[in-house]
Amino acid sequence: MTPTEFTPIASLVGGGMIGLASVLLMLAFGRIAGISGIAVRVLPPYLDSEALGRLAFVLGLVAAPLLWLVATGAMPVAHFAAGPVLLVAGGLLVGFGAVWGNGCTSGHGVCGLSRLSTRSLAAVATFMATAIATVFVMRHLI
Amino acid sequence: MQILIHFALGLLFGAGLILAGMADPAKVLNFLDVAAIGTTWDPSLMFVLGGAIAVTFLGYRHVLRRAAPVFGGQFHLPAPAAIDTRILIGPAIFGIGWGLVGLCPGPAFVALGAGNVQAVLFVAAMMVGMWAARLLSLRAARTPARA
Repeated sequence: MTPTEFTPIASLVGGGMIGLASVLLMLAFGRIAGISGIAVRVLPPYLDSEALGRLAFVLGLVAAPLLWLVATGAMPVAHFAAGPVLLVAGGLLVGFGAVWGNGCTSGHGVCGLSRLSTRSLAAVATFMATAIATVFVMRHLI
Repeated sequence: MQILIHFALGLLFGAGLILAGMADPAKVLNFLDVAAIGTTWDPSLMFVLGGAIAVTFLGYRHVLRRAAPVFGGQFHLPAPAAIDTRILIGPAIFGIGWGLVGLCPGPAFVALGAGNVQAVLFVAAMMVGMWAARLLSLRAARTPARA
């Protein structure tokens, strides 16, 4: 387990930037900033003509560490505890669950809660509960 | 132009994730580890969600007063619907995966761009899972519901 530092100010400001991007996406294109919904519609079938815009948004996410490198002189660090099997299992579950439940941390967590959606509140409460339970099992029981 | 704006908004969203600490799975797992409250628990993620919701809540109220988005078309908002099993099963599955690795979709793409080999595996599996769920749900929508 890698200890991490409590960063209230950076996290609040970073959260504000996430919120600003979500508001601007709604203002410009009328779309919810749900990363799972955006990412899955980069793949076929194409039911509208906005797949290129979605691809550009995802590429923006992928390019963000480069912007960070230019601005700060260092790549953002990521500490992984999971090995290859857990990475694949986790990826499958995250991808399937997010699209099956119509949203993830961004679509339900940020945009849905901001719209006071009870469906999103149910979704967030559910994934928080299973995520907390999973971490408890992995760190304290196994 | 619209493609460029999409790219810029992805950059802004991604930079926000990095500044917030979401792009580090250890920080996410340390938040989810509530048994460690008082020791190694990291409450930063509550501030991420708080900051994001505060801005989005106020911003949406402003934006949704407009007749239409800047680039035309309409606002695509999910219609209010009852809470069904799908809105619970999907997030339940999602949460298990999130707890196993500490990455959700946005940070996964950011970690990919930072050159983490682990993120390559995770994102590839995630896209397979997403695609499978979409195909299944499109098929379910075509099949008449049975009681």
